[in-house]
Amino acid sequence: MRVILSILVLIVICLGIVSSLHRIPFGNPETKIGKYCINKGREETGAANIVTSVVVNYRGFDTLGEVTILFLAAIGLGSILTSMSKWSQRKTEPASLILKTGCRFLLPLILLFGAYIFIHGHLSPGGGFQGGAIIASAFLLIYLTFHGKGMNETGSKVTESSSGLIFILLGLIGLAVGNHYFLSNFLPKGQLNDLFSAGIIPLIYIAIGLKVGSELAKVIYNLMEKS
Amino acid sequence: MIIVVSLLIVFMLIAAIAAIFFRDLLNAVIAACMVSLIAAILFYFLHAPDVAMAEASIGAALVAAIFIIAIRRTQRHEE
Repeated sequence: MRVILSILVLIVICLGIVSSLHRIPFGNPETKIGKYCINKGREETGAANIVTSVVVNYRGFDTLGEVTILFLAAIGLGSILTSMSKWSQRKTEPASLILKTGCRFLLPLILLFGAYIFIHGHLSPGGGFQGGAIIASAFLLIYLTFHGKGMNETGSKVTESSSGLIFILLGLIGLAVGNHYFLSNFLPKGQLNDLFSAGIIPLIYIAIGLKVGSELAKVIYNLMEKS
Repeated sequence: MIIVVSLLIVFMLIAAIAAIFFRDLLNAVIAACMVSLIAAILFYFLHAPDVAMAEASIGAALVAAIFIIAIRRTQRHEE
């Protein structure tokens, strides 16, 4: 009975998705807003990467919501795990020489690559979320290699809060100074394809990258060390 | 091109079904990780490198790591 019901629910969901999507041809820009962003995005925002111009400039408020959701998830996980009583402290073997040497060699390169991804978010593919996830994977490598030598918790909290504050402050300055909407681009656009171009977009992406990286690293820290 | 994409989609379906049916949860996590990795390759073929990077770093690396930590704290085999 349960199997039949679940198959029925699955069929209904599939029919709903297919009936709403089958009229749109695959890969065809049907909407006006898509055409507008592709044609005008470069001139209006100064960012060479159109995806970044949409994510940070046209839909910057949505990005603030996404960052807030991640923040709430990290806080919820931390509060659940710290309120639980500590499990048995299992003895873990020390990491092998290969892992230690590889970690020492690869760690700065991974951190540099993550920083490159979010600093160049307005020029090349990538951005704050991708760079933050890469930085968090570097912290995962640290926890796998050096057990117990956790990260500096105050440092991570300060990084996270200050980058969130920078994001909101830039948005509020745009509300006061620029075109008078939240996250309006009030800095000069500069030359297209330059590192210092596109106004506030690189600043916001650096803030998002630091925030996402410290949040995901804290999630991994909580899971590895506290549970 | 179309042959490569269809092969990737077939592999992705096989990995997704395997992730459901594996009794050993570590194997299931690796199969689910393979689904996100192939999804990242397909996103790249569809000219969406931003999404591909997010999918590869979050779906294939961090989610798998979190699942493996959870398996280490609980039990490895599904009864």
